[in-house]
Amino acid sequence: MKLIFDKSVKGRRLTILPECDVERELLPEGERRAKKPLLPEMSETDISRHYTELCKQVHGVNDGFYPLGSCTMKYNPRINEEMAALPGFAGIHPLAPADAVKGCMEVLDTAASYLCEISGMDEMTFQPAAGAHGEFTGVMLIKQYHVSRGDTKRTKIIVPDSAHGTNPATAAMCGYEVVNIDSAPDGCVDLDALKAALGDDTAGLMLTNPNTVGIFDENILEITRLVHEAGGLCYYDGANLNAVMGVVRPGDMGFDCIHMNLHKTFSTPHGGGGPGAGAVGCKEFLKEFMPASALLSLMKGDAAEHIQVRSFMGNFLVVVRALTYLLMLGREGVPEASINAVLNANYLMQKIKGTFTPAFDRICMHEFVLDVADFKKATGLSALDVAKSLIDYGMHPPTMYFPLIVHEALMVEPTETESRETLDWAADVFRKLYQLGFDDPEYMHASPHGTPIGRPDEVRAARNPVLRWVPEG
Amino acid sequence: MNIPADLKYSNDHEWVKMEGDIALVGITDYAQSELGDLVFVNLPEVGDDAVAGEAFGDVESVKAVSDVLSPVNGRICEVNEELLDAPELLNSDPYGAWIIKVEDVDGLDDLMDAAEYEAFIATL
Repeated sequence: MKLIFDKSVKGRRLTILPECDVERELLPEGERRAKKPLLPEMSETDISRHYTELCKQVHGVNDGFYPLGSCTMKYNPRINEEMAALPGFAGIHPLAPADAVKGCMEVLDTAASYLCEISGMDEMTFQPAAGAHGEFTGVMLIKQYHVSRGDTKRTKIIVPDSAHGTNPATAAMCGYEVVNIDSAPDGCVDLDALKAALGDDTAGLMLTNPNTVGIFDENILEITRLVHEAGGLCYYDGANLNAVMGVVRPGDMGFDCIHMNLHKTFSTPHGGGGPGAGAVGCKEFLKEFMPASALLSLMKGDAAEHIQVRSFMGNFLVVVRALTYLLMLGREGVPEASINAVLNANYLMQKIKGTFTPAFDRICMHEFVLDVADFKKATGLSALDVAKSLIDYGMHPPTMYFPLIVHEALMVEPTETESRETLDWAADVFRKLYQLGFDDPEYMHASPHGTPIGRPDEVRAARNPVLRWVPEG
Repeated sequence: MNIPADLKYSNDHEWVKMEGDIALVGITDYAQSELGDLVFVNLPEVGDDAVAGEAFGDVESVKAVSDVLSPVNGRICEVNEELLDAPELLNSDPYGAWIIKVEDVDGLDDLMDAAEYEAFIATL
């Protein structure tokens, strides 16, 4: 399809912007740009059609099944949007006086207290903009803690080899040396490898539980005890919280701080820029290092101790949506959602079994990993080919080639918001594709057949990305 | 799977070829086929120490970034800068596209020969 710039017609206008009702003030000479910006000139009709056309070329949760492992692509209830659109929430200004935004402060406080209850933490901040930002904030808390005690020999963060790629990246961004430890054959932390890695240079451990292969680490209390004994702190990556929310609390597992992805677990928009929100929680003893609004800190005169990772209170309207979700589910609904997420994953795994093989053949949590290696040996078709073929059935592919400890991995997370009929249909599609791989591998290798773009040239996309429209001539 | 008989192999899928006292190091055909199309390579500096089992650089494929571990001890005396512009050589000619050259080589005896490496990848 044409780019919006290709559709632009010189002089075409639309009238959705209101009349300016304040006096026009020009920037001082020298601060103004010399040339007009290159903006597309279009009518409202044509803009509307342009974006509708774009919508038809993507696949979202509202289009169909989206089992993207580790991303928790659950349905986002419409009432979240209704609440976030209320003028009292949508129309506030970050510099409004505190007594004019008491309702908004109550939203933040209430959401914080619920999330503290769910995570087993004592304090919560909404400042981080998304998950990796939350990780960064959490590990900075660990760093501030050690530094505040003068314990500067702690230079290493331990990360299991099954971790999300963001974990080692976060540790490195915070100035730590990353120590990778191998997983045990069951995908859990290898206690001997952990013991060998721990020492008086250990700043902390970053871990998800359930882990990235969808298995709850049964040694979790032993793991966090070992780290604490070595003087390190334990960071919980909340990416997989959807498996256990309201059932088990990371704080009770021995973790000292945590981030939660409101855009995964708490049903706020995810992908396409979200925006996300990476709420970060911590135990009482880390509270003094938590990010705070720079403004509030200055007013209180204690800006020095706090880290600051974003302006104001973060993505406030995302918190409104997450709180709406929590209030709709209530005390009984929160654990029920997790229990159903686990049930759905196990149901789908059992229905696929006999064709594609689970990498770990045991009861899983909210997601499971298929190992396509045997299928590849038999047919020459890879996890990528299976993923591409699913697109023709109107299913978003699962996460591919992650975790790295499974070579031909497809990571499937159905979430609790899918019906039994959808899961039966999805299992059917997987089973059909397994057979198709033996019957017509060429057809499958050329999939997808029914999309505007078949197989993008990934090498060229990585090496020579074209990210900007440039006018001709 | 191409496994030349005259090379030595590590269980992290690097190969070593001795040319006089200098060791040429690259990634195996199996490694490039598992990684998929390579798009970027990060090389070490000449003069860096190579430590067996530790990363001296990394390669990025369309799937993931992976460390490349040194199969031997020694000192890096040359890096193949051609790969910076043409990482696809690691896919098309894995045993021609050496990544680093190492001098003062030590630890060759711990590596596998071609038959052992072939048996090793059959178990994966």
